[in-house]
Amino acid sequence: MNLLNLTAVELGKKIRAGEVTSMDAVRQVFERIKARESSVHAYVTLDEEGAFRRAEQVQRQIEAGELTGPLAGVPAALKDNLCTRGMRTSCGSRILENFVPFYTAEAVCRLEAAGAVILGKTNMDEFAMGSTTETSAFGATRNPWNLEHVPGGSSGGSCAAVAAGECFYALGSDTGGSIRQPSAFCGVTGLKPTYGTVSRYGLVAYGSSLDQIGPVAKDVADCAAVLEAIASYDRKDSTSIKREDTDFTGALIDDVRGMRIGVPADYFGDGLNKEVKAAIFAALEVLQAKGAVVEEFDLPLMKYAVPAYYIIASAEASSNLARFDGVKYGFRAKEYDGLHDMYKKSRSQGFGPEVKRRLMLGSFVLSSGYYDAYYQKALKTKALIKEAFEQAFARYDLIAAPAAPFTAPKLGESLKDPLQMYLGDVYTVSANLAGLPALSVPCGVDSEGLPIGMQLIGGHFQEKKLLRAGFSYQQSRRYQGPEASADEAGKERSAYE
Amino acid sequence: MSKRYETVIGLEVHVELATKTKIFCSCSTQFGGAPNTHTCPVCTGMPGSLPVLNKQVVEHSLAVGLALNCQVNRRCRFDRKNYFYPDNPQNYQISQLYLPLCRDGFVEIETEAPGAEAGVSDSGKASDAEAGASDSGKSFGAENGKRRKRIGIHEIHMEEDAGKLIHEEASGCSLVDYNRSGVPLIEIVSEPDMRSAEEVIAYLEKLRMTIQYLGASDCKLQEGSMRADVNLSVREMGAKELGTRTEMKNLNSFKAIARAIESERKRQIGLLESGKPVVQETRRWDDGSGISYPMRSKEDARDYRYFPDPDLPPLEISDDWIARIRENQPELQEAKLERYQTEYGLPAYDARILTDSRHLAHIFEETAALCQKPKEVSNWLMVEGMRLLKEQEMEAEDIRFSAENLARLIELVEKKTINRTVAKQVFEAVFKDDIDPEAYVKDHGLSVVDDESTLRSAVKAVMDANPQSVQDYRNGKEKAAGFLVGQTMRAMKGKAAPGLVNKLVMELLKEIVG
Repeated sequence: MNLLNLTAVELGKKIRAGEVTSMDAVRQVFERIKARESSVHAYVTLDEEGAFRRAEQVQRQIEAGELTGPLAGVPAALKDNLCTRGMRTSCGSRILENFVPFYTAEAVCRLEAAGAVILGKTNMDEFAMGSTTETSAFGATRNPWNLEHVPGGSSGGSCAAVAAGECFYALGSDTGGSIRQPSAFCGVTGLKPTYGTVSRYGLVAYGSSLDQIGPVAKDVADCAAVLEAIASYDRKDSTSIKREDTDFTGALIDDVRGMRIGVPADYFGDGLNKEVKAAIFAALEVLQAKGAVVEEFDLPLMKYAVPAYYIIASAEASSNLARFDGVKYGFRAKEYDGLHDMYKKSRSQGFGPEVKRRLMLGSFVLSSGYYDAYYQKALKTKALIKEAFEQAFARYDLIAAPAAPFTAPKLGESLKDPLQMYLGDVYTVSANLAGLPALSVPCGVDSEGLPIGMQLIGGHFQEKKLLRAGFSYQQSRRYQGPEASADEAGKERSAYE
Repeated sequence: MSKRYETVIGLEVHVELATKTKIFCSCSTQFGGAPNTHTCPVCTGMPGSLPVLNKQVVEHSLAVGLALNCQVNRRCRFDRKNYFYPDNPQNYQISQLYLPLCRDGFVEIETEAPGAEAGVSDSGKASDAEAGASDSGKSFGAENGKRRKRIGIHEIHMEEDAGKLIHEEASGCSLVDYNRSGVPLIEIVSEPDMRSAEEVIAYLEKLRMTIQYLGASDCKLQEGSMRADVNLSVREMGAKELGTRTEMKNLNSFKAIARAIESERKRQIGLLESGKPVVQETRRWDDGSGISYPMRSKEDARDYRYFPDPDLPPLEISDDWIARIRENQPELQEAKLERYQTEYGLPAYDARILTDSRHLAHIFEETAALCQKPKEVSNWLMVEGMRLLKEQEMEAEDIRFSAENLARLIELVEKKTINRTVAKQVFEAVFKDDIDPEAYVKDHGLSVVDDESTLRSAVKAVMDANPQSVQDYRNGKEKAAGFLVGQTMRAMKGKAAPGLVNKLVMELLKEIVG
């Protein structure tokens, strides 16, 4: 039986039913990894031996009735900025090339408690700074739909791994769109939860006030199951929030009648690729046909979101990444003359150009004399954006938006013009600034066969509304990976022509 | 010197709080321990670790702030102070800049009335003169040769301590121990309200006493649990503007602080007198040579790029919380001083000495409660206790004996089991080794000898050995009797019941004299 076309929840069901074993799934997934990894390069670290050992252990626990959850025995991948005890955690950076933590991120502990089998760590933009996974020190990841294109980023490895069938689901992290944008580019479903829902303990910080861990999977049902497993109040994270409503799988109901969906007019203006726009409008029509009320409205201040985001995230990063100095762990320059030279050389050689650019930007906006003009102003903007969303959610259950203004660019195109790349985050950063949950669901492909994603943004703690809308939408659109879609896309295209 | 100068001093005092665990993780704060054994991912700055505030730190800090009459910021925040140094594992220190826990407090200090203090030549008279003028009218009241003054507290903020660097000469290597990293500190920043070393010492003593009483810290300068940096400037008498100040670090004792103030005051006046400017800089005091050296000037002052720590949400401090801290506030020195005089009837001087140390006051109260003889307890502590402390160069905080043993000793005297001479010897043993006085007296055979026949033969023996004294008594020299009593006491090694010896000597003399 080919298990690789199953969703995580479907596979989990078969394992619990005794039709297949966790080891079967691990075997098939590693066959796929061996076939595709040389061209996709979704992973930076693989642990085949550990995965089989773990699968056997989990299988025994399932058979003993100790593990009964939907994800028990299902193989998963982790973004490489999630600390894993005894397994290298590099953040896609040379400076942590050989860093092996002695502790495990809380979200990963939760997954393990749910019976996850960890396959390895996925590639990412260095320290999650980038939108293409090309800033990784270990080489770019390629989009499984078209190897000439990027998978998006920064969780590009996680999204490509799911799309290529190299895992059943993955964890990513989202600071300014790093789950939603690559999910859209890779034709998978990704969810950024409300800030504080998933513990950040053990997530190597980029922008602490914006970072949130979330699931990347084949569909909304899988995302709900994964989120249910990882969402928890954690005393080790002071920004963690106590929530009662974490039974997310209970929200998977095919019913959007009366649900009010706001469509910000500015989001669908000139900057947006026409095919992306058409695909999202088509998706909204599906929801409308199911009884949702779709309405255009004005969401103010959105043009300030990207600058505010880059100031805040870079400022926090400049401080968060100061600890990588060659003193305690990680990379240290081979030759140096004294302490300050050691700092300078280790950091100059250990960090890539995009990270350096943001660290310099962040140091600048915090420096004396500029703090008020940049950082303080960005914080005020953040507060105003949050307010604008609150007003919008007084009228709407959800807001629909693109996940990105275009489909996946070709490799090598984006880094030439960083500013243009930053502007590509225009639809995603607002949810991080406001701390809101947001979902990216695939809604078709463009004329080149590259996936398009629709983003749904919810009010604080409104993941269930997102999941219900996404689940309803996906009822008529079963997940299709790049292989299965290839013929159909061709058919569609010829029909279109 | 042709002009008169006044010295303006403000203090930054760091106090290590007496919590069991660190400020942002659950590692032990215990002193000592093999290097890097009291550490975890949080206090070693490992990637992905996050700080969680220790509530006890806030409670101690609030207690200090309330005792120093501060306003509490109901919503305070932590900020990151960014700088690279290996003792600082994250390369930022979590501190408070924008919204510190406490602001705008004050303490009252007492100094000798002006004229008597050290370093009066320029500044002493100055502070006297400007008491009502440029010193913002904070001096008030002088009684019994004491002058009282209010020193403003600018703010109190919480922060974490850094690790310790060890430079190994032999290998040319530097090592770092993170056991101290994350130990909670408060920084108490005064207003520039002090004018002399004497005021500075009085202020520090007052802080130390208050904080020790609160149990928030042991405040030991030598061990570094209390550290003071001195900001000092001088200006011409009557000038409104403050002069350029320097900050003095590495001051490890009150003596060093007084010496450094005097040295820096002279140095700055010397510069001004010779027409040179004072440079704003941080200086390091070398107590061995009595000289300070510049560490870094304002030009290479670091830009710390402070910003609110996104890992720690704002700290909300409720009225209830403050009320609870106030309720649990222990009795402070002033209140005890008053009570010792009214409740126990102690003289003001004794009450002051006993309450100058929270530990001594505690021993006093405990012992008094056990034996119900407060004046007796006070006498032992004030006379023998103080003598031994001085003799052994100890602080009152170092006293280790228990109230139980002191109370037992007092009871032994009261029951006349031992006489006062022996009691002093027993007290010394209690003081040194906290022994049980009853067992000690038994083991060393120190009980009073009041057996009449034993004493009678002892007196007889003394009289036989001193026929001249007996003859003297016979000739009307009554003093001779006293000599015989003394000799008998000595022969009995001080253990004889003095009254009985006295009685027997008189009896036997009368027998002889007839």
